Amino acid sequence: MAAESKTKYDRQLRIWGDQGQTELEKASVCLLNCGPTGSEALKNLVLGGVGSITVVDGTKVEKHDLGNNFLLDEVSLGQSKAKCVCAFLQELNDAVKAKFVEESPEALIERNPSFFSPFTLVIATQLLEISLLKLDKICRQSNVMLLVARSYGLTGLVRICLKEHDVVESKPEHFVDDLRLHNPWPELKEFAKTMDLNVTDPVVHKHIPYIVILIHVAEKWADGHGGCLPTTRQEKKEFKDLIKGYMINMDEENYKEAIESSYKVSLPHGISSQLRQIINDNNAAEVNSASPDFWILVASLKEFIENEGAGEPPLEGSIPDMTSLTEYYISLQRIYQAKFESDCLAIEHRVRTILKRIGRDPDSISRAFIKNFCKNTRKLTVCRYRPLEDELISPAISELQKYMTDEDFSFSVSFYILLRAVDRFTANYNRFPGLFDNEMEEDISRLKTIAVGVLSDSGLHGSTLAEDLINEMCRYGGAEIHPVAAFIGGVASQEAIKLITKQFVPLNGTLVFNGIDQKSQVLAV
Amino acid sequence: MANSFSEPARWRDLDKLLARCGNIVGPGFEPSPQLRQEIGEFARVLVVGAGGLGCELLKDLALSGFPNIDVIDMDTIEISNLNRQFLFRLQDVGKSKAEVAAKRVMERVSGVNITPHFCRIEEKEIDFYNDFNIIVLGLDSIEARSYINSVACSFLEYDSDDNPIPETIKPMVDGGTEGFKGHARVILPGMTPCFECNIWLFPPQIKFPLCTLAETPRTPAHCIEYAHLIKWDEAHSGKTFEPDDPQHMQWVYTEAVKRAELFGIAGVTYSLTQGVVKNIIPAIASTNAIISASCALEALKIVSGCSKTLSNYMTYNGVEGTHIKVTEFVREKDCLVCGPGTRIDLDTSTTVSQFIEILGEHPKLLLSKPSITHRGNNIYMQSPPILEEMTRSNLQQPLYYLMGKVRKDTVHVSGMAENNGKKSSSLRKLCVVFKGIAAADVATQMDTAGNF
Ligand SMILES: [Zn+2]
Repeated sequence: MAAESKTKYDRQLRIWGDQGQTELEKASVCLLNCGPTGSEALKNLVLGGVGSITVVDGTKVEKHDLGNNFLLDEVSLGQSKAKCVCAFLQELNDAVKAKFVEESPEALIERNPSFFSPFTLVIATQLLEISLLKLDKICRQSNVMLLVARSYGLTGLVRICLKEHDVVESKPEHFVDDLRLHNPWPELKEFAKTMDLNVTDPVVHKHIPYIVILIHVAEKWADGHGGCLPTTRQEKKEFKDLIKGYMINMDEENYKEAIESSYKVSLPHGISSQLRQIINDNNAAEVNSASPDFWILVASLKEFIENEGAGEPPLEGSIPDMTSLTEYYISLQRIYQAKFESDCLAIEHRVRTILKRIGRDPDSISRAFIKNFCKNTRKLTVCRYRPLEDELISPAISELQKYMTDEDFSFSVSFYILLRAVDRFTANYNRFPGLFDNEMEEDISRLKTIAVGVLSDSGLHGSTLAEDLINEMCRYGGAEIHPVAAFIGGVASQEAIKLITKQFVPLNGTLVFNGIDQKSQVLAV
Repeated sequence: MANSFSEPARWRDLDKLLARCGNIVGPGFEPSPQLRQEIGEFARVLVVGAGGLGCELLKDLALSGFPNIDVIDMDTIEISNLNRQFLFRLQDVGKSKAEVAAKRVMERVSGVNITPHFCRIEEKEIDFYNDFNIIVLGLDSIEARSYINSVACSFLEYDSDDNPIPETIKPMVDGGTEGFKGHARVILPGMTPCFECNIWLFPPQIKFPLCTLAETPRTPAHCIEYAHLIKWDEAHSGKTFEPDDPQHMQWVYTEAVKRAELFGIAGVTYSLTQGVVKNIIPAIASTNAIISASCALEALKIVSGCSKTLSNYMTYNGVEGTHIKVTEFVREKDCLVCGPGTRIDLDTSTTVSQFIEILGEHPKLLLSKPSITHRGNNIYMQSPPILEEMTRSNLQQPLYYLMGKVRKDTVHVSGMAENNGKKSSSLRKLCVVFKGIAAADVATQMDTAGNF
């Protein structure tokens, strides 16, 4: 990367690294409809340096566009909206390849489905259900990721539509280090033995790393408890007291750290239920030449856990900072690193064998990729999203019912139902409810009738929506309020970044924005 | 005002919210086709900060129907701003953020008027801040937030029953981001917790113990901080380290690499050196956009009443899925900043200089070099020199006399106070009560007070 780009992107490289940036720069994103919601979403991606963008919109710029879209100005009036938005986006970052197509997204979906196949990601904004259903099918068929974003008055939604998204670097904020204190391997045990907790030199005593302290105390505990480690609350307390007994002075940071981390010796052996689910996934059971690299690695991981790993995943190999003499700490780092390397090698061997077996070039998966996978096995995440059509045909009734009766969710789930009702209304009347002041009363009762229909189609017979919210939807009259659009567009771009960089965990469900009191919720429907 | 800002066609969408009645709205919402224009005429918004949040806020507020905006920021544009501060271009590097941001938004949204202030927030007179109907904060420092909060809270007055007087409430909306996370909050001083009430939400940065840096370094950051905090002073007697000087940074990096090699520690890079030394917070366009949009929407709702407002703290976290949570924090009853004021009992004979001594020793205040004002009158000012000279003679006068012989009243003092172990400028509100004044006098005092 050029020095100037390094500096320009410095603040984001600290989040997703060179690897993430490379993915972003390879990506090609298509935006459908460049109103404020879409324009804002794309703006954030262009600033970050996405590879290329294609803006699709068939409308001309009108006066009302200037009141809610920053990417358009006086000069744009009467011109192609796609062209004007595209020109401003290009001004933001000349490294991005910006294109526009002056055509209605609905027409493209209808007549030219292959238009979408070259893109990495399609961001569909302000489209009605009827078009989204078709677009979802098209994108799934051609393995293009789809993000749906909608702003409507003080509400809106963002959702992801794709078959499967596998994340190696999910980068969770809080994750317990894999130190294997409950089950130290021989080299680690050996190293711990070289240190004596009763050493007389006070400087050495207060610089024994807590890993070593815990291994010693755990061994002592196990000797007195038939080989078992503390499990009950009482035992854990006694274990802490046992550690305390070694302190010669109450301000020894290393012992304090050992007490704070003492729960790590009692961590359950083996793998988490989340990881178990992944290694038992059908995709890992039957890998073939068409399997994605991710699943080949999962298949190798599964074999490793069942063989060399003896029930454990490969060691991650990194240790947190802790009070210690430099040399002790560096030695520990090396011991953990060496175990990581040897686990990696075992997995790599299995990967190569599997590749050979399924008729692929055994070297077609790089060592760097395998290593990165091994560093993250406990954090692997698989996200799947069911087709939009399924959601409409077989709604998650029990979830919906739960939301309807939960005060925290009632606004969000009502907005979800009402947004669908608005789409049906619009399909019927060819305009948004509440568009005209003089038809407000009629529109309120029409929307209510339609909403009752959506409720019963969703299996929520007898449920009612608050009249106030039905009024609100008509009050909005399809308005795209700039800050709401900027919020929805912002969330869409955030999810786009996660999908494109294949880092962090994307939104799992439908985010319903609640601009009334900001209590937005993610619905699993 | 017949400019393009008042054209109804342009504001078709926003007017749906402002001109139509609804049942879920704020108190005092009076929808009408004129509401937007009325807001345009009376509402003045101040945006504090023209960085990642500030750029977004200016755009969002201009497109939320606020034609009169001021923006204050002392910073100049750097290349590393360009990945998110979308109002700036490469050729703007080195120029004032406030000035360029104001100009760009005015170019694109016709009819909007943005006044930039290229200076430190402390440089402005306190009264400057009182001219705004709402203050929106797009800052990344705790100190700056704390300062603006104390200024906004200083305008707050309480009635004799210690209830906040509504006209004196200066609403604030505050946003903050870090990586994929952020918050937006609404502060109505006297009604909802102020920044200081929940200061614990912003824990101070953890520093490495010096003995770790000097004797037992283990991580690359330890090596970098050794070079930055210890080695620099040893090698450059008296010369202060300038984090923005690339030569200084290069020196620290080189020294950190040497130290890391000496101890067998891997991982010191130039980028990490910058990150550790400047305490760089990762920042991206999308999070800033989300948080700013929330803040601007709240500003619109507070000023227009077109919907309920956030009560009172929203967090967004996009690291694992998307989590948005609203928490209703409560006020700290004895908050020094937004409460009726720290009560100080004085004798009627206490002079201003004795009062200054009391402020320095008061355990809750520990305020040094205070300037003192009472109902807009300068009792004693530390600066500028001309004001100091004019007010110096007051030092030997009894405060009771200078305050117009009231039994109890609010006094504002600004000076240096310790916050999280760091000295910073602080504004404090005091409730001064003179001992030995009969309560019967109070009624007459209240009448006099009402004449101000
Ligand atoms: Zn407070």
